[in-house]
Amino acid sequence: MTGMASNSLYNQAIIEEAKAAVGSGTIETPHVSVRCDNPLCGDRITLEALGNNGHLAEVAHRTRGCLLTRAAASIAARHARNLDTAGIEAALQQLDELLSGNKPLKEVWPELAIFRPVASVRSRQDCVRLPLQALSLALAKLGKTSNP
Amino acid sequence: MSSTLKKAFPIFASRTERFHYLDSAATGQICAAAAAALLGYETTARANVKRGVYPLADAASNAFDAARASIARYIGIDDANEVIFTSGTTMGLNLLAHCLTAELAPGDEILLSELEHHSNIVPWQIAAARRSLIVRAIPVKKDGTLELAAIEGLLSARTRIIAVAHTSNVTGAISDTSRIAEAARAAGAYFVLDGAQALPHGPVDLKRLGCDAFAASGHKMFSATGAGIVWMNKELAHRLPPFLSGGEMIRTVSLKGSTYAPPPHRFEAGTPPIGACLAMGAAAEWLASLDWTAIESEERRLTRRLLDGLSATAHTTVLGPAGFCHRRGIISFDVDGVHPHDLCQFLGDRGIALRGGHHCAQPLMERFNLAATTRASLALYNDDADIDALLEGLESAVRLLR
Repeated sequence: MTGMASNSLYNQAIIEEAKAAVGSGTIETPHVSVRCDNPLCGDRITLEALGNNGHLAEVAHRTRGCLLTRAAASIAARHARNLDTAGIEAALQQLDELLSGNKPLKEVWPELAIFRPVASVRSRQDCVRLPLQALSLALAKLGKTSNP
Repeated sequence: MSSTLKKAFPIFASRTERFHYLDSAATGQICAAAAAALLGYETTARANVKRGVYPLADAASNAFDAARASIARYIGIDDANEVIFTSGTTMGLNLLAHCLTAELAPGDEILLSELEHHSNIVPWQIAAARRSLIVRAIPVKKDGTLELAAIEGLLSARTRIIAVAHTSNVTGAISDTSRIAEAARAAGAYFVLDGAQALPHGPVDLKRLGCDAFAASGHKMFSATGAGIVWMNKELAHRLPPFLSGGEMIRTVSLKGSTYAPPPHRFEAGTPPIGACLAMGAAAEWLASLDWTAIESEERRLTRRLLDGLSATAHTTVLGPAGFCHRRGIISFDVDGVHPHDLCQFLGDRGIALRGGHHCAQPLMERFNLAATTRASLALYNDDADIDALLEGLESAVRLLR
């Protein structure tokens, strides 16, 4: 990594997205609740969701993490409504392509492009993945519940 | 003085960019003496130990024994055969947890503390699950030191082992080992000391510390990665069963059963990390030759400067003891509204190497109601420029990230 990668890493878009904290909060009686931890730093996202026919109807999250995790959580929450398993897999694929330094084949969540500078900082890539993994886990858990 | 000491560490001359290394609690930089021992063995003197009879093998065995003796002297032990080579502190604590609990009965108790590194928690938990033992923990006070007043209430007639860190890898708090040793003796329990953060700050006298077993790593005392030691008192070492098996730990093997070599070899299965062990011996020799009164005084001065500077920085809270008697230069701090990884990333890009995270001490983080902290850890090669760089960088980081 070059000397000042953090200048591009901590760009205004990431800082603003983290501060926006879309979807931050709780749901009173969620259908599912999941928790994802980053073992490197102890960061944690607790995500609650309501489901509808294999899709997410509503999500709320409590994210204890760095700017990257908080920004990713905010973007994930913005796109969560009506998301299904195929949708989150497509978003994760887009993110993985970005983090590998490649141009994504499909830009399902355009805002993920703000994480392009993280491609050069391998140790921080899990920070960005964590909220999307939480969404994926929530959908998997919803799939196993009888009602939603 | 630190500029002279810095010259003994090849990395500092090799770096052309700005470099302020403040992560020695994670791993110390290798000193020239250790690097030379490692390279010398691997390139010009490589042979297995305790096996071959040709001159090269004999020389390797002699060097291996000499390294063991150098480390024994550094930790105040007369009999070098009480020093067991391991791959590091984690392996050492696993060895101790496995072997010491082999003779315990269901319901027996192990006393740890809230400030332990995961490596001094999880091996005991695994052993406890296997043998139906009970694990308790000494609480930590607000200042990061152990609440030793609680120890009486935590000990019972079933307490068999007390295992604590000599120095916290998070706050730098030094444990009152004499009080713990006294409590262990009174309870008839073994006292295990995690010495990972002790050895980089000068020679220790294990006899004075009063422990029955001690584990440490070479890479934290300015040697190569891959080697460490366990020390056990002789009676204990001779009584305990082996940990890993095969190779050097064998005396005889038949298809009906095997007998084991006496310590230390009983606990050194397979080919040891010979180069790293020789390097650790060389590091111990070099460290033992230094003026530790002067080094400690300098470390204390830099620690004070850093503590004062951090305390004066807006939104910053320092964890750990406020004074200097019961702490090392391992300083964790929290900047309100700035995540440690963001801070470490920002400062890392400016040549300042810090550690952010839970430092493998999640129970302590929970105690302080934090997920993570930023840690600056000092060693004998740090100087005022390192402290200045951190304090200046911190101001800029807070302006951008908060």
